[in-house]
Amino acid sequence: MKKVYLGVDVGSVSTNIVVMDSNKNILDNLYIRTKGKPIEALKIGLRQTRNKLDKDTKVLGLGTTGSGRHLASTMLGADIVKNEITAHGVAALNTVPDVNTIIEIGGQDSKIILLRDGIVYDFAMNTVCAAGTGSFLDRQAERLGIPIQEFGNLALKSKSQVRIAGRCAVFAESDMIHKQQLGHNQEDIINGLCEAMARNYLNNLGKGKDIKPPVIFQGGVAANIGIKKAFERLLGHEIIVPRFAGVMGAIGSCLLAREEVRKTGKTKFLGLDIADSNFNVKSFECENCSNMCEVVKFYRDEKLAARWGDKCGRWSNVQIAKDDEKLA
Amino acid sequence: MKITFPHIGNSYIPIKAMFDDLGVETVVPPKCSKKTLEIGTKYAPEMICLPLKINLGNYIESIEKGADTIIITGGCGPCRFGYYCEVQKEILRDLGYDVDIVVLEAPEGNQIELFRRISRIANTKNIIKISMAIKNAIDILKKLNEFEDKVLKFRPYEINGNEVDNLYNELITDLENSNGSKEMKVHLNRALKLIDKVPLDKNKDALKIGIVGEIYTVIEDFSNFDIGKKLNRMGVEVHKSLSPSEWITDMLFFRSFGMSKEVKIWNAAKPYIDTCIGGHGRETIGNTVLYSEKGYDGVIQLMPFTCMPEIVSMSILPSIQAEKNIPILSLIIDEMTGEGGYLTRLEAFIDLLRSRKDKKQLEGVN
Repeated sequence: MKKVYLGVDVGSVSTNIVVMDSNKNILDNLYIRTKGKPIEALKIGLRQTRNKLDKDTKVLGLGTTGSGRHLASTMLGADIVKNEITAHGVAALNTVPDVNTIIEIGGQDSKIILLRDGIVYDFAMNTVCAAGTGSFLDRQAERLGIPIQEFGNLALKSKSQVRIAGRCAVFAESDMIHKQQLGHNQEDIINGLCEAMARNYLNNLGKGKDIKPPVIFQGGVAANIGIKKAFERLLGHEIIVPRFAGVMGAIGSCLLAREEVRKTGKTKFLGLDIADSNFNVKSFECENCSNMCEVVKFYRDEKLAARWGDKCGRWSNVQIAKDDEKLA
Repeated sequence: MKITFPHIGNSYIPIKAMFDDLGVETVVPPKCSKKTLEIGTKYAPEMICLPLKINLGNYIESIEKGADTIIITGGCGPCRFGYYCEVQKEILRDLGYDVDIVVLEAPEGNQIELFRRISRIANTKNIIKISMAIKNAIDILKKLNEFEDKVLKFRPYEINGNEVDNLYNELITDLENSNGSKEMKVHLNRALKLIDKVPLDKNKDALKIGIVGEIYTVIEDFSNFDIGKKLNRMGVEVHKSLSPSEWITDMLFFRSFGMSKEVKIWNAAKPYIDTCIGGHGRETIGNTVLYSEKGYDGVIQLMPFTCMPEIVSMSILPSIQAEKNIPILSLIIDEMTGEGGYLTRLEAFIDLLRSRKDKKQLEGVN
């Protein structure tokens, strides 16, 4: 009988699931687009994972991370729910034990994590702007009619420098159009965009931070070799892109779940067949005060499983009596 | 005359006490809510800092409840707060509200002018009566702040859970239903005694975080998503470096006599910044240094988006972080701030502090 741990990372753009055995080997990884429907994406992902696993596989534990971590935990029953920063840090340390810097660029946020002597020492996340993130690249690739997978390789073919204003997504786009209309060729523009993104990242998140090698580059955007090269040029040293760069968050939550279950001795995971359950969400506006919180009621197989979204705890704190409150 | 004023934390309670004692009618603005912020955002200049937007919402909600005179505290610090009263006057006038705005401040330490303004809204020239009302209000403010400090300090160590919160909520309800400082003092004294009796697990290994930054976002829990409670729930003891009572006593009294508790904070800030840059920029630096010396595990800086003094101090904080070996997290807040991202940063920061502390303790054992 195989014993595995599951890690789930529900992000803005992708939902990732990782299967890891007890010796930290990655057996399977799954990367699907969330498409704004995290519940659907998770169900599809979990079904695919179940189909690939042997019948007698036993899931020892499950961890969730990403912006949808609480939702995923409510749906699946997680042993540990961790923020993305910690999860990415744990995964990177497992891949390169002496890592000092993590560059992580995901769908809608980017982070820099500095580690010293095996612990997270400092971190920063983009605040008000999504210019240097995957969603922006996605959109530009679409606009140029190039599959995102080929974006990075095209950048490598560039022969001359084109400088694109990378401070803001809107300005970058208009600057790109301007450069296109000046007649620059596509490779150079794409390369310019990669450089602009790397520069923007270092100017914003990297400001005042001591970026020491070894540097790991992870998150969905790490698959883009053009950006990796741009970082290498700007930083002046080699950058490691781990084999599972796109699913490092999920790997981190796997590792955290493994540790947690070792402490508690049993898992809270509801089983792989939960993928066949029916999940329903209803929301209403609470009218008890002028905050008018939108409270979400989450149903698993017609039974109320959780409530959230209120500021005061009137709804979320109340213990939900089992078998109570049928879906009206 | 029906007087109203903007919210900042629980300061509405002593303000109400003062006017109750003077026999002047007040309209306490409805608690800050999404609606308050929506109203404020609609009428305020887009790039103005968050406090003005919430203030404006407070005024309009109060005016709808019948208020005709607004009092606000002023301050000539070289930050945009100095313009608040003028900008707010203009906006309210443009919107067609016919209200009086009285700025409560001692301009350049001019106590006589302050008393002239106070006597206008107090409806009396009897200085003794006014002084007594102010003194009582400040007493209440101090006791209330003392209680709030204890809430933030005790909550993570609670054994039975929710006792502190229940006491706190009860106290606020009692105070809101009281009339005048005398009644309020009774409630406050009782609550201060009770909170010391809440059973606490003092052996619990809790992290300690100090909060610095722009005064409004530090004090007004609506603006900072109740950061104190969030951190307390994660098992963190919290101390806020700024409180209304210290600010008011400093503003009104000590500064005009040329003495101030702030001197200690300024001295701590001196190696990094040795002049006032407006707002509480220098205090942010000084308090961060002091927290690192008092053995706090970390510091969180709060500021509204576009806050100039805090942006300046934010660029100095990394040097303190490196030299004093204390992790610092800066959080910028405005009406666009999503609670999810905010929470993620807080959680990650707590994880960081926890692993640092565990490591230190492990090294101490070996």
